[in-house]
Amino acid sequence: MARFRKVKEFVIEKLIFASGIASIIFVALIFIFLLREGVSVFKTTSIGDFLGGRFWYPISDPPKLGILPLILGSLLVTAGAIVLAVPLGIGAAFYIADVAPVKIRHLLKSCVEVLAAIPSVVLGFLGITLLVPFLKHTLGLPTGLTALAGSIMLAFMALPTIISISEDAINAVPREYKEGALALGATHWQTLTRVIIHGAMPGIIAASMLGIGRVIGETMAVMMVTGNAAVIPTSLLQPVRTLTATIAAEMGEAAKGSPHYFALFAVGLVLFLISFLINLTADLFLNRGKKR
Amino acid sequence: MSKSPRVARRLDFEPPNFYNCMTCFPIPKNLWQHRSDENKYMKKRTVPAVVLLGALFLSGCTSRRPGDSRASASLQIKGSDTMVNLGQAWAEAFNKLHPEVNVAVTGGGSGTGIAALINGTCDIAESSRAVEEKEIKQAEGNGVIFNQEIVALDGIVVVVHPSNPVKNLTMDQLREIFMGNIKRWKTIGGPDIPIVLLSREVNSGTHIFFKEHVLRRGKKKAVEEFSPGALMMPSSFAIAEEVANNENAVGYYGLGYISPRQKVIAVAKDDRAPFIEPTIESVRINAYPISRPLYLTTNGRPSGLVKEFVDFVYSKEGQDIVKRTDFVPIK
Repeated sequence: MARFRKVKEFVIEKLIFASGIASIIFVALIFIFLLREGVSVFKTTSIGDFLGGRFWYPISDPPKLGILPLILGSLLVTAGAIVLAVPLGIGAAFYIADVAPVKIRHLLKSCVEVLAAIPSVVLGFLGITLLVPFLKHTLGLPTGLTALAGSIMLAFMALPTIISISEDAINAVPREYKEGALALGATHWQTLTRVIIHGAMPGIIAASMLGIGRVIGETMAVMMVTGNAAVIPTSLLQPVRTLTATIAAEMGEAAKGSPHYFALFAVGLVLFLISFLINLTADLFLNRGKKR
Repeated sequence: MSKSPRVARRLDFEPPNFYNCMTCFPIPKNLWQHRSDENKYMKKRTVPAVVLLGALFLSGCTSRRPGDSRASASLQIKGSDTMVNLGQAWAEAFNKLHPEVNVAVTGGGSGTGIAALINGTCDIAESSRAVEEKEIKQAEGNGVIFNQEIVALDGIVVVVHPSNPVKNLTMDQLREIFMGNIKRWKTIGGPDIPIVLLSREVNSGTHIFFKEHVLRRGKKKAVEEFSPGALMMPSSFAIAEEVANNENAVGYYGLGYISPRQKVIAVAKDDRAPFIEPTIESVRINAYPISRPLYLTTNGRPSGLVKEFVDFVYSKEGQDIVKRTDFVPIK
């Protein structure tokens, strides 16, 4: 009986170990696969031409595979989304964590969860029918399908991440800090902006970074509202094409083994590296917060 | 259009199907890929008694009556977004004749459909362009031989916002507009506002046809491209929506999408030719300059259920559906 239990525990232990390292293995396998398929593009296009090329004509003969407009498009849309979402998200997090009465806090928290649950294609649909015509008419643009429309859509998608993680960070600030500040005669506002925000800062930065990570990988809503023109963007009020939309729109057609096919994998690789860097930065900030 | 001899065309004689199937399929290099086809074939023929098999062989008969084969057969049709509505209408009518058959029609673009045919995930690919050389090579690797048949004609319509005063354009003007050389409507007789170009994504047969036919004047190997500033729209519906709401926009879509919410442009072949409105009649007599054939592509010559579907498409009812969905019938 005892032996059976030992065997059982051994098996369970190994199973838990396997599930534990499964995600590491998956990430490694995905990276290796992307790398293997992606680097093949450099047989036909140099790294400089690929990352710095200004034209994306993947199905021409010979294809022009420059992804600079796509990288800049992704970065511009993401930057716009962050400028919109981070202040709003942090403000909301402070309100929910520290200011709102209990009833409103619960209501707001569930609303934020619902916002996170809206499928991106639904947001994209709202964007194309409401936001795009609105932007065109209020700003007097030639077309409402712009980077700005994408940024606004993505800001909606980043908000839940930013709000919930920032809120956790704010709640994690030791209660004594707040009580101490108030006891010394600081107002609520002074406590928030001079004491609590310092304690929560690493978590807030991590929340913003995770929000960015969520945004840069988002595809559907962006594809529907940004116009997808592969030009080097000079303003937010101009159509752009993102890395994600390019992969989504073209993968179905690309003939397996063609430069176009490999180029799309290389685009995926670039995207993977960008979000990896963002997540790494977020982790560094989160860990710094914990060590204190 | 591909001139490759490896693409089997519909021939004018009809050998019995049994013979046909045995000879037409190449020895597959990749048995795994091919097995499903063989199974389908074997099941259909061997499950009934040997007598029936003999009868089938002699008659070359392929008709499948409800109950004499598997309880529920299915047919996967995939491809051109332009043809999705057409395919769905065919599938519905076909389903009334053969209630036991489950026909699924999905879009995604001509290239997507052909890729699915190569991978064996669909039975019939709808495409608005001929298969390409590289696809034929790739198909050979998977033991697939394309059989393409023209089942309808389509005109590509250039549309603008209803308030736009421009109503006639020559092919050269269209070329200059979509290459980004004409940037304002004023140049071609419109108001002094910038032109917003709407194009389909590169996986769209409509995109490729427009590029080769209008921008490259029919020369496949030419180097003209859409202006990089052209907006790539994910569907014809998206183009229709944007044109209907944007007085700056010019876009193109299949004849089937014409609606009063967009204004159709009459097109002339060159400076001396008359401006022709895209209509079913003008496409059929080949007067309208931007028109093209629509294909059904199968693996090998159609047999069994696939053949029944293709035959239905060619029937009077099938061609009436073509007309009803605003395409141009071939008969």
